[in-house]
This record gives sequence, C-alpha cells and structure tokens, in this order.
Amino acid sequence: MNVLLGHDGSEGSWDAFHQTLERAAVAGDDVTIAIYDDTAVDATPEEIEQQVESELDAYEVDVEIRHIDGHVGGMLVEMVDSENFDRLVISGGKRSTLGKIRLGSVAEFVVLNSETPVTLVR
Amino acid sequence: MTVNRTYPDEPAGTFPRPSRTITDKEGREIQIRATEPDDRDALVEMYTAFDPSDRAQGIPPVKEYAIDNWLDTVLAEDCLNVIAWDGEEAVGHSMLVPDNADAYELAIFVLHTYQGAGIGTELLKTLLGHVQEHDIETVWLTVERWNEPAIELYKKVGFEVCGAESFEIEMSIRLR
Repeated sequence: MNVLLGHDGSEGSWDAFHQTLERAAVAGDDVTIAIYDDTAVDATPEEIEQQVESELDAYEVDVEIRHIDGHVGGMLVEMVDSENFDRLVISGGKRSTLGKIRLGSVAEFVVLNSETPVTLVR
Repeated sequence: MTVNRTYPDEPAGTFPRPSRTITDKEGREIQIRATEPDDRDALVEMYTAFDPSDRAQGIPPVKEYAIDNWLDTVLAEDCLNVIAWDGEEAVGHSMLVPDNADAYELAIFVLHTYQGAGIGTELLKTLLGHVQEHDIETVWLTVERWNEPAIELYKKVGFEVCGAESFEIEMSIRLR
C-alpha cells in the first residue's frame, strides 16, 4: 500500500507516525510523510523533520518527506487524490477538559473531502 | 478550542435553584439536586446502563474504568453538578466544568428510558440556577449539528449559536 501521512508534530501525529511505520514495516507499505506547521505546536517543520529522521532509524522502511503549507487540508487531499496513494493517515481530535472530542480543522477537511480512504488516529 | 468565543449581550432570566422536585410528563416524581459525595456510585450505574447511541462526542465513555476516570474529572471540586433522581436511581446528570481558558463548559445526559419526559429541560435549568448561585457569568457548550432535539433544548433556555464552522455547533449563554 502507498500511504500518505500528515504530520504537524503534535502528540497525535507522533502516534499516527508510529502506527503507520509499524504497519509499513510488516506490510511493506511505501510511506510519504507530509510535514506542516500547526500554530498550536511548538516544533518548527524543520525540527519535526529532524525528529522524524532520527525516529525512522527504528524502522526499516523507505520514507519520502515533503513539506506543505498554505491550506494544509486542501494540499493533503490534492496530493492523496492526484498521486498514486491508497490511504491518507492523519491524527485529529482533542478532548476538552469536560471530555468532549472535537476534530481539528485539517482532520475535518480531509475526512469530508478526500476521495481516498482516510485513517483518523486519535 | 475557540478562544475568541462570543456570548450573548443580554443575560438570560433567573433559573430555578436546586434542590427541587418536578413531576415529569409520565407522572414520575423526579428530584433534582446538587451532587453529594455519596452520589458517585449511582452515576457509575447510570452511565454503565447508558445507551451507546446517546453518547455525544466521545462521552460518556463505555468501559467502566473510563467512566470512573471521566467522573473524577467532572466531579472535581471546581465543577458544578446536578443529578435527576427517580427514587434511588440517577436518571439524568448535568455538569459544568472549567476549561483551561477561564471559561465553563456544560454537558447534560439523560438515561434513554427517561428521555422525552421534560426531565432534560428541568435538569438543565436547575444546573443553570446552580451556576447563577455561584456567580458564574457565562457558559458554553458544543453539540453535534445533527442533534436537533438537543439544539432546540439549549435554545429554549437561552443559549445562542456562537460558532458553527465545524462538525459541532458551539453555543453560549450569559447568566448575569
């Protein structure tokens, strides 16, 4: 399978990253990681890429890294639908203190607009 | 979370304070009162019996340990809770929980066998009365956009839509 993973450096993105790579190592997936900036996350896209590179050592998987900015949801959907991807993996969904889950805007956009299957990790 | 949330300019009216007893549309005597420490077990029982299709945005949790953890959060000292009782059985629960941005989020759950009897409306009003007793000015909530009965209920007591750009509608009310 050819998988596109959206990554903004959030805790949820790291969960999605590890789940995707664990699966890829077993199933032989090709993985592309699209890194983008989220104002709610401290790490810059460059710092995220550095950490991705070092975490990748634990997996024997070939990974392509790209950077996207602008309307991230739209960019992800365009990439996943126009290139030869089988799946888009993204994290999203924060709980309020009370406990209610709310989807982030990127997650919501891709779930509604992607024609390629989306895996939402939360 | 929306930080620049808007609230209505005018306060809603005065709401009834707990404790109070109402007669629901089925003729049942329902007591509505503020939570006491001993009430926790009855809430665990209510949420264990909760119809999964009545869950909203991930709560109440399904597994008992998760219900337990969640109740730790919403029954904490800085929260306000009221429960509707049919005798010894908790049949409805409404809660106000401070978020991490100096605002207060509200939620309400009524056991499916007690829905449609007017209990939710009275439970919600009583929580808002309890909130007024504690001098809290504004409250917000989110609701799934397809949950029209809930949206109607919130509007009826004075909530106004303040955000509708995502899956959930955000509503707020001014209490004083």
